[in-house]
This record gives sequence, structure tokens and C-alpha cells, in this order.
Amino acid sequence: MTAGQITAIQPLQEAPHQAGVAPFGPKPRRISAGRIGIYAFLVVAALFFLIPVYIMIVTSLKGMPEIRLGHLFNLPGEPTFQPWADAWLHACTGRDCNGLSPGFYNSVKITLPSVIISIICASINGYALTFWPYKGANLLFGLLVFGAFVPYQVVIYPLIIGLSSVGLFASLPGIIIVHTIFGMPILTLLFRNFYAAIPVELFKAARVDGAGFWRIFFYIMLPMSVPITVVAVILQVTGIWNDFLFGIVFAGRSNWPMTVQLNNIVNTTTGVREYNVNMAATILTAAVPLLIYFISGRWFVRGIAAGAVKG
Amino acid sequence: MAQNGTSVSIQDLSLSFGVVTVLQTLNLDVAEGEFIVLLGPSGCGKSTLLNCIAGLLDVSEGSIFIKGKNVTWEEPKDRGIGMVFQSYALYPQMTVEKNLSFGLRVAGTPKDEIAKRIARAAEILQIEPLLQRKPAALSGGQRQRVAIGRALVRDVDVFLFDEPLSNLDAKLRAELRVEIKLLHRKLQNTMIYVTHDQIEAMTLADRIAVMKGGVIQQLDAPQTIYNRPVNRFVAGFLGSPAMNFIEGQAETGASAAFKTGTVSIPLDRYAFDAAGNSSGPCVFGIRPEHVALGEAANAMPFAIDAAVEIVEPMGSDTLVWTKLGGQNFSFRVEAEKTLRNGEPIRIGFDPARASLFDSQSGNRM
Repeated sequence: MTAGQITAIQPLQEAPHQAGVAPFGPKPRRISAGRIGIYAFLVVAALFFLIPVYIMIVTSLKGMPEIRLGHLFNLPGEPTFQPWADAWLHACTGRDCNGLSPGFYNSVKITLPSVIISIICASINGYALTFWPYKGANLLFGLLVFGAFVPYQVVIYPLIIGLSSVGLFASLPGIIIVHTIFGMPILTLLFRNFYAAIPVELFKAARVDGAGFWRIFFYIMLPMSVPITVVAVILQVTGIWNDFLFGIVFAGRSNWPMTVQLNNIVNTTTGVREYNVNMAATILTAAVPLLIYFISGRWFVRGIAAGAVKG
Repeated sequence: MAQNGTSVSIQDLSLSFGVVTVLQTLNLDVAEGEFIVLLGPSGCGKSTLLNCIAGLLDVSEGSIFIKGKNVTWEEPKDRGIGMVFQSYALYPQMTVEKNLSFGLRVAGTPKDEIAKRIARAAEILQIEPLLQRKPAALSGGQRQRVAIGRALVRDVDVFLFDEPLSNLDAKLRAELRVEIKLLHRKLQNTMIYVTHDQIEAMTLADRIAVMKGGVIQQLDAPQTIYNRPVNRFVAGFLGSPAMNFIEGQAETGASAAFKTGTVSIPLDRYAFDAAGNSSGPCVFGIRPEHVALGEAANAMPFAIDAAVEIVEPMGSDTLVWTKLGGQNFSFRVEAEKTLRNGEPIRIGFDPARASLFDSQSGNRM
């Protein structure tokens, strides 16, 4: 090494000590006009969407005399939980005055099996379409995806005819079948895209190891599918819980889900319109999907990133 | 090496996806305990062939025999093969131990037998401390070792490697290359190894099958393939830096010679292929390391004056570019040699070490 080389290296060795002293260019600003704009927009948007929620909550905690005064934005003068109890247990739909609770249990009875069955079917579909391609698999997949774009209303009448011919119209199994069928396109798409992102070599290795269709699915693929399954559960629970149309058409009077009950309570034409009970009933009905979002928000984003979009 | 009988025999194998033919009536016999490397550029069908042997792809025509048994339509697990993949393909949610034992558990092997085999594989591959880890907690080299172990525990007749080292960095690749070679010596299994890396092929193989367009171009020992390539493709694919190709004319007669421009290279020492023709338009190929410089050049049967065009130092040696008969020509010199651009030099070589290829067919002459 020559002297020239040493002097050339020295400034580099001293550089760490000077690091904070001589930065070039303007200092990056934390708060810029753009940032302020973005936050202003977000705050306005949040207020816009939260004001109705605020009104719903305060109204549900007021008594009817206070509501009649018309001060929509005021906090309740004498907070009461009676409207909530009424909504859950005593609100009337026609001559039945059992509140929302039967609807809640009906919704659970509909949602739970529908979610489980549809996700099991869709995950097997996605797995088979990805790893066991057969003649016409792509065509079938194309048709399935096309199914996601068919408006529900178009198929309701044929479905009614079909289900009644096998004696399942207006029954719990009937509505579960309907939800399973309508969840299939989007869920299959979701799972297929997730599995398509898994290296096919993993599947080949399992085949060389002697595993068959079901063993590969249960031992290799399913344990890897947690994120996408969470996404599917969220999609299905919220979708089926919030469903009104299929519920009122296919469930039958005794199985009407919460959304239908809510509609009947709110739109009742007899007696006084109890705004506070209506508000409480609406919040109760919306509580389940809201809870799902709050609990699983993180998972939801992760799942979307892991499978749905990337695939 | 225990070379008694045929281990894997592929007969008239064809495979096409729709109108695309990937493998064309391919024949290959692999001897017991032999290390065969399938070498070729991407899309030459080498991985496809391996997948056919493994039973992961259905063949269109032909048959595959392993240990004398026709396995063309057998399930992968019934073929007595183990496979190692480029992406390792370890089951991510299982520990190393579970990864190794998965195949055995599927086959319903007794527990103590599984433990014994895992212990043996872990010892051979030196992965005992890793057994309780998940694949995510392993380095690339460790993962590939586990992947090899997965084939090892199943006590298979034939190991299939599908570019197993391509995902590793250069240093690790060289290490594992040696390990695979040692493993082969220790186990004496038949191994079929797919790669596009010619160094892996040259170092590992008993025989190399160079593939292109779904056809085996040449199947021979590495040195034979290197020194006597059967066609221009094989000649150009093997060797780095690549072989020099000079277009010209071969002339027979009293003194056979290769002529390009004003240059005439005598071919009296060149061993013509009996089957090929020996005149007409052709390509003269000579490897850069077979060219001598200066005093040594004059000792060669053919020598000529040239000028240095570009010098490429590569550390261990230096590649020098010049012109021969107006065409680009490179040769290797020791790294210590200092050559300047434009410097006049004398180069020479022995035409006996060259290869002549027919311009039309590309076949060796």
C-alpha cells in the first residue's frame, strides 16, 4: 500500500464522526401542505361517516319524550337502556312481540353452517383447480368466476322452483344451500389464487412422498391456509349476516334472520314509531359484523396481502 | 462404482402439451449407481424428463423402466425414487424431523424404524442439531440438506435432483456440489441430476446428457463431451469462456485444410468423423485454452501473426481477444502476462484439438 492510498482512505474512516454535521440539501419537512390536506380530508370523511353513528347511539339512549323535542345532536338528558332491552326482547313485528332475539338466533343458525360449508367446499375447489388440473378445469373456473358477476335477483325465481321441487324451500337447509352456492365463486377465486402462489414443487414433493389428494390437502395445504381462511370467514360472516334478500325469500317465516326481523320492527305500520328502539335494534344487528371487523382487521389486511391480491 | 445392470431405462419417450412437443422419442439408459446429469438451456425439456421419471407428469408415448420394472403408469411413491427440488419444497409448518418422516408416516412405517432412519440421514447430512427447527429458521444450504434427507430416509433406488443448487449463492453452491458428490460415493445410488450449470455437470457427472429441443444431443463422459462435441450446439454450450467459431471452407485433397479469408489451417492432423462429410462450408471450433501464445505458438502445427484487440483479466487467468481471418477469436493466457491493446502477437494451436462442424447441419465433421 502506498502513502497516496492511505490518505485517500482516511476521510472515509473519519466520516462517521462528521455524519451529523454536514448534510446536503434542504431538511426534509415533516409537515407539508400535502400532509395537512390528507389529514383534513380524512378527518372530514371520518366525521361524515361517524355523525350518523353518533346520532344512532344517543337516540337509542333517550326516552321517547326527549326524542320528540327534536334535538337530534344533544346528549341524552336521562340516559336509559330500556330501548335496548325492548329491542332485544319486546319489540313487536305484527302480533309477535319477542324483539330481535329470535332473529339473532336464526341468523346464527344460518350463518354458522353456511360459512363452514362454503369455506370447506371453496378451499377444496381452489386446491383441486390449482394442483389437480383436469380437462376443462380452466373452463370450469372461468364459469365459476363468471358466476360472481351474475346479479342475484336473476336466479332467485329458478332457485325457488328448484328448492321447492326437492322440498327444501323455506327451510333452514334451503337457506344454507343458497348461501353456500352464492359464496362459491368469490371464495373459490380467493382460495385458488392463494394456492396458485404456493410453489408447485411443494405439491410435487408431497406426491413423491406418497401423499394423495386428501392427505396433501389436510397435512400440507390446509395448515398453510390460515390467513386466507380468515379472510374467507370475514367475507362470509359479514356477507351472510347482512343478507336480507335471501333470508326473506328462502329461510321461511320461522327462520327469518335478524336483518328481516329488524326490517319488520322498523317498518311496522301499527302503533307509535319508537325511534329509540329502532336505533337500538339496528345497532344490535350491525354489532356482529362490526365486531368481526374490529377483531380481525389485522388478519384481514394480512390475508388480502398474502393471497387475494398477490395471486 | 457398482455398475451392474440398468437402473433407469427410458424407451421412446414422447411428451407433448397440446401441439407443443416437449420430448421427442427419447431414449436413455442409466446404469446402476451411475451419476447422470441432464444439461441444457431453459426449455430444453430436461426438467420435464425428470418429472416424467418421477411420475409427476404423464407421458404421451413410450415407457419408463426402473430396476427392470415398467413404471410408466405407476404412482411416484411406487417408483423407488426420491426427489430434491430447486426451491427445497420443505413443508413449512412441519419441523425438520416431521419433514423427513412425512413420507415414511404416509407409508405407515413403524415408529422405531422411522426414528432409526432419521437418525442415520441426520448423521450423514450433519443436520442433527436442526431436527426440531422449522424450515423458516434454516439457511438455504441447510434447507437443501434437509430436502436431500427427505429422499435419503425413504431408502430409494434413484435420486432425482431438479436444479438443487440454483437457489444458493456461489460459495455455498460449490460446497454442496462437493457434498453431493461425496454423498453419491457413499450411497452408490443412481442419481439423475438436472442443471443448466455446466460446471455442476462437468464436476458431478459420470455421464452428461446434453439436451436441446426435447432431444438428447450427446450422451457421453464429461471429457468426451468437452473435447469431442457432436455438434455446434454442444460445443458452444459447454465451456466458459466459450469455444471460438470461425466460418470458412473445408477442402479435401492431397492436403486437407480449412480456409477462411487468407488463412489456411492444415487439417491433416484432424480426425474426421467417419459418418460426417469432410468438405464444404463449415465452422472451425477451437477452445480458448487450447491456443498458445508467443514461443509456444511456434511449436504448434499451426501458428499465425495477430494483434491484441481487447484484454479481459479474470483473476485466475486472462482472456485475450484478437482476430483470425477477420473473425473474433479469443484465447487464454496466464494472469501474469501483460498484453497491451494493439500489441502484435503470435498465436498457434494444434488442429487435432479442434472441432469442425458442418455449416448446414451443425454436426461434427
